[in-house]
Amino acid sequence: MRRYKGLTIFAILVFAFLFIPLLIIAVTAFGSEPTISFPIKGFSLEWFGKALSSESFRKAFILSIQIAFLATILALIIGIPAAYALSRYSVKGRKFIKSFFLSPTIVPGIVVGYALFQFVVIKLKMPVFEGLLLGHFLVVLPYIIRVVGGSLEQFDYSIEEVAWSLGCNKFLAFFKVVLPNISSGIISAFLLAFINSFNNIPVSMFLSGPGITTLPASLMSYVEYNYDPTVSAVSVLLMLATIIIMFIVEKTLGISALAK
Amino acid sequence: MAFVDLKDICVSYDGKTNVLEGLNLQINEGELVSLLGPSGCGKTTTLRVVAGYIDTKSGDFLVGGQNYTKIPVHKRNFGIVFQSYALFPHLTVFENVAFGLKMRKMDKATIEQKVNNMLEICGLTEYKDRLPKQMSGGQRQRVALARALVIEPKLLLLDEPLSNLDAKLRIQMRVEIKRLQKKLGITTIFVTHDQEECFSISDRVAIMNGGVIEQYDTPENIYAKPKTEFVARFIGFENFISVDRQDDGTYKALDYIFKCDNSDLKQAKITIRPDDILIVDEASNLNSISGTIQVRTFLGKSYQYEVSTPIGNLIVNGDGNKVYETGETLHLYLPENKIVLV
Repeated sequence: MRRYKGLTIFAILVFAFLFIPLLIIAVTAFGSEPTISFPIKGFSLEWFGKALSSESFRKAFILSIQIAFLATILALIIGIPAAYALSRYSVKGRKFIKSFFLSPTIVPGIVVGYALFQFVVIKLKMPVFEGLLLGHFLVVLPYIIRVVGGSLEQFDYSIEEVAWSLGCNKFLAFFKVVLPNISSGIISAFLLAFINSFNNIPVSMFLSGPGITTLPASLMSYVEYNYDPTVSAVSVLLMLATIIIMFIVEKTLGISALAK
Repeated sequence: MAFVDLKDICVSYDGKTNVLEGLNLQINEGELVSLLGPSGCGKTTTLRVVAGYIDTKSGDFLVGGQNYTKIPVHKRNFGIVFQSYALFPHLTVFENVAFGLKMRKMDKATIEQKVNNMLEICGLTEYKDRLPKQMSGGQRQRVALARALVIEPKLLLLDEPLSNLDAKLRIQMRVEIKRLQKKLGITTIFVTHDQEECFSISDRVAIMNGGVIEQYDTPENIYAKPKTEFVARFIGFENFISVDRQDDGTYKALDYIFKCDNSDLKQAKITIRPDDILIVDEASNLNSISGTIQVRTFLGKSYQYEVSTPIGNLIVNGDGNKVYETGETLHLYLPENKIVLV
């Protein structure tokens, strides 16, 4: 065991580095001073009240949830058949298509955001909500295709062929046999895409309009002008929500469903 | 007229090279026919053409006089069993077997009765609520078979169904398959690369090589009288000796004269199994040759010798009574009725 002592210390340091800032944020949310300070001098729940009663945060939160949910569902509808086609048939230029779908994760977010801004807002003059939805859809689509594609790679297509031989046409066989067997991949793809859309800043920043903005983007602009612990309170609420969701996932599916 | 009729089937994956080159195959009703050959010979491709997974470039495929070439897979009503069994992982054994019947929109009571009956025949009744992953290889195999048979298919297609089982189970399962096939009288195509498995189970065997059928006959005939060198090698013949036909009907290699059954081939090769060469005390001048032992290998029941003779090295299996040493001179006799000309 002694040989690993150095490694243990290293691991502890890494975790400390990751978690201590989160801890500090959580603590500052309960401070009584009007600016974020650590350590806190008094205890107060004022900032939580302010966060929850803030009309703009509440609207931004609802918009974020809406956009993340709709964009993810859209991306699933488009992405699952695309991933299926890519893994099932030897499409011409399959490698190129695969790397194309991966490109939004390689290209810096700010570049994607700017490109979308040029196209969606300037050229197409799309309404803000639809524009945001389109942008987020494009951001999360690669995650869907990669994750669902990954679980399709494990899928034994002779199972599908047997279903055909038993009288199932191709369309029905996809729903009856293929989908149920990649469901864990679809769930992880959904969560991954949802979280990515919910957290996204660069694309949201460019595509937001007056009064219509996502939560991370509005948090960003809030800290630009204010330095009170409301932001900390919102962060704590978000962390809590994430922990609860992960807890439910773990209890129902097992966390390994996400790692597959 | 044959029940199943493949006429001049050509298949190509890339549009240039043909995987199947004008394949012809006739199968009678109720027959079990095997496609045997090394990997890449086109046997699985043939099966997939029959199943409808691959489109043909040209040729016709008929079953019972009806042209099936353009009928899609799900309307063919053929049962298929794959090497990987391909059970539906998310369904229980009962649901797996019932799948095909449900697709046929049968009423619940009929499905229940048919599935239970088939599970009974296959000895699976006690496992009907299990998921595939809770079962052993042999059991999964039987589920796959039951699932293919319950739809009362016109044809049963088996793609190396026994390859993933251990040796003992494989023998047990092939007897089982034969029993079910005869009992239900289903015309069956069986793809395999295992010669013993194939011979034991089949009514007729088609030996394939390079996209064509080299020989199509009963297992007995193929075993005794292979028609081509490829078939002979594939089923265990060794000792190929090039010979020329003489005027009196015998064949000659160097100064050695060999007499063998029937043939008009002018230039040919004679071949014989290592088991069929006899080690004799004295060489005669017909069907005989002498040589020295180069290599001796222990086979279990006897020794195998590689004997160097003037017409080439011959592989001979000893009869187990007497053991010879490396370097010793052996006199070999090749019985007339065991020599095959290819």
